[in-house]
Amino acid sequence: MKVELKIQRYNPETDAQPHFENYSVEAEPTDRVLDALLQVKGLLDGSLTLRKSCAHGICGSDGMRINGRNLLACKVLIRNLQQPIVVEPMKGFKIIKDLVVDMEAFFEKYRSVKPYLIQNEAAPQKERPQSPQERERFDDTTKCILCACCTTACPSFWSDPDYVGPAAIVQAHRFIQDSRDQGGEERLDILGDREGVWRCRTIFNCVEACPRDIDVTAAIGEVKRKLLFRKI
Amino acid sequence: MSGTIHQFDAIVVGGGGAGLYAALALSQNKVPTAVLSKLYPTRSHTGAAQGGIGAALGNKEEDHAEWHMFDTVKGSDYLADQDAVEIMCQEAVETVYELEHLGLPFNRTPEGKIDQRRFGGHTKEHGKAPVQRACFAADRTGHMILQTLYQQCIKNEVKFFDEFHVIDLIVQDKVCRGVVAYAVQTGELHLFHAKSVLFATGGSGRMFKITSNAHALTGDGMAIALRNGIPLEDMEFFQFHPTGIYKMGILLSEACRGEGGIIRNNNGERFMERYAPTIKDLAPRDIVSRCIYLEVRDGRGIGGKDYVHLDLTHLGKEVIEKKLPDISDFVRTYMGIDPVKDLIPIQPTAHYAMGGIPTNFNSEVVVDENGTALKGFYAAGECACVSVHGANRLGTNSLVDILVFGRRAGLSMANYCKETEFSPLPSNSEEPSRALLNQFKSGSERIAPLRSDLQSFMMDLCGVFRTEKLLKEALTKVKTLKERSTNLTISDKSQVFNSELLDAVELLNLIDLAWVTVESALARTESRGAHYREDYPKRNDAQWLKHTLASLSNDSVKLSYKPVKITKFQPQERKY
Repeated sequence: MKVELKIQRYNPETDAQPHFENYSVEAEPTDRVLDALLQVKGLLDGSLTLRKSCAHGICGSDGMRINGRNLLACKVLIRNLQQPIVVEPMKGFKIIKDLVVDMEAFFEKYRSVKPYLIQNEAAPQKERPQSPQERERFDDTTKCILCACCTTACPSFWSDPDYVGPAAIVQAHRFIQDSRDQGGEERLDILGDREGVWRCRTIFNCVEACPRDIDVTAAIGEVKRKLLFRKI
Repeated sequence: MSGTIHQFDAIVVGGGGAGLYAALALSQNKVPTAVLSKLYPTRSHTGAAQGGIGAALGNKEEDHAEWHMFDTVKGSDYLADQDAVEIMCQEAVETVYELEHLGLPFNRTPEGKIDQRRFGGHTKEHGKAPVQRACFAADRTGHMILQTLYQQCIKNEVKFFDEFHVIDLIVQDKVCRGVVAYAVQTGELHLFHAKSVLFATGGSGRMFKITSNAHALTGDGMAIALRNGIPLEDMEFFQFHPTGIYKMGILLSEACRGEGGIIRNNNGERFMERYAPTIKDLAPRDIVSRCIYLEVRDGRGIGGKDYVHLDLTHLGKEVIEKKLPDISDFVRTYMGIDPVKDLIPIQPTAHYAMGGIPTNFNSEVVVDENGTALKGFYAAGECACVSVHGANRLGTNSLVDILVFGRRAGLSMANYCKETEFSPLPSNSEEPSRALLNQFKSGSERIAPLRSDLQSFMMDLCGVFRTEKLLKEALTKVKTLKERSTNLTISDKSQVFNSELLDAVELLNLIDLAWVTVESALARTESRGAHYREDYPKRNDAQWLKHTLASLSNDSVKLSYKPVKITKFQPQERKY
């Protein structure tokens, strides 16, 4: 079938402003939007620039706005979209070129919440025991692939770029809820600060945007509750 | 393109499991280290691994590293080097515990231990019955490994150069001195001066049309090594995974069968019972992939077409949702069907390069038949060939390989860096890279058609079934393609994020690798593991129990061979 695409283009070396260009390619209804974008790049305009890798929703490279929603281009099929398919970069980050945005600020916030297991005791010879119930408490937030679809769908982030954002809170939650971790208090200090969880206004855009179906707002809510019932 | 110079004791190229584990080991040993990745490290393909890590913990039933070793050697069709396999299977156990200590969220048994499940080719008592050996985190074990190692590298303040695409290795007087990298965001060349360099650059599955591999898997490290005069080992052995989503190639983990899934033909028959009566659907991948092709060829593909069905419907919603959640999501998203109720159309998909840059069990690159190490150069993971997988890799052993030999690489490099001074950088080290990147200005061949041509003929002529006739045809085609690729052009002339330029470089890498793959396959007149020659259907130990070394020089491929290291297990007929 014929697929019409309307893609936002921006080359920093030649363009003052981003603008839209229209393209038409042949694709199957069951093809991914990524396949259509690569058809454009391969056959019509080799300069079209986007990030991509795994092509099945696991690596988190190709988050972008597709028909107004944050999606992974490799995880949405053409048959599920209205045409023309409008493709733009994620909102809220500096555009480097076409659909590629600057992710540095995103990863800086990720690093700020200490996204790693903190354990000060010597490791046993075998595994540290953990019951299936304890493991279940943070299962949902281990699924995060750092694609930034949630953070760049968040109106609180759009209005306050210093807000740590849902993705970083998801990462913190994964460790705060892990029975093996001893760094919960340090992370709660960071997330209780003015650019932490209280910037969240439970708008639920992040839940809708997450390609891994993480209940992001629920995770943020659990961190908020931890802060509220914290011993002072 | 100016040449910014950086200096680090250790340079790790590639941000997947092997590279990150090496970087972690280096940083723990206080060695100044930088990781260069052409992607953000969390995008690496380790993250796509699903089913598990094989390690004889014995948490569910009796198990031993020695049983794991036997299965790996038998699975390899006796081509694996047994000294390396023994180390891998022993160290797998401590490595899994170390990962748990680093935070990896494994599934747990009711007693709170790491949970384990069955996987293809993993057995108890040397083949008597399947054993529960694969340690797992749902069906996203690779994702969890990648995240955990990246997290720990952040904690240890490892220096990352994200979106730096390595173009060349700097070697002079048989000493490796660094790498040349292209900064994707600025279009500048950077020189990285180092005492030691690790290539952990992953596989090359993008040379085939139907593949489970990410777009990024273009064999860059292997091709750079090849161009620097280092031969590649056993490139004719490329694994096709039996259960790829029909037409798309997306992987559906062997864990599906580990949890009890069955493959059925057009008659609804569980045909693996006929081919591998003892372990049936859990036979190793080379065997199951060939059986699928045979069923299709005999007219028992679904509706006479070139696919069969993976049946999970008898497992029940609970098992599918809890233990195979991502796979269920793939099937629903890409096929629009429900694995709880529907049969899943599958076909073999190009999955894993058993061959690669030859290394010893300390992850040092060895450049000839005598095992001579190239000073300062290391390789680990899929781009390397230790060889622990021989002619066919068992499921879960890729993760074992990247972790055990990634860590060993880091430790070997740490020792080497402590006792070694920097060797000076040769002048004009970046000139070959500059020439490579500047060659696409005036050609007339476009990237996409050449790439799809390569992928199609490699799939058809150098895939699961091979013959002299097919391989000779492939050789002619790859040589033509090589010729045409000297005339490649790109339309993107910009400096910033010129991904088209890198597409061209990656295509050149794939063409060189396809060439040595075809030549190695053509020469090997026997069938062993994943290399199946219909004109030579038997394994021939008298002539071919040896590793291929293929080098590329003056536009021709030269083959030589080196012996297999056999310690505990003499070759036997391989039956399941």
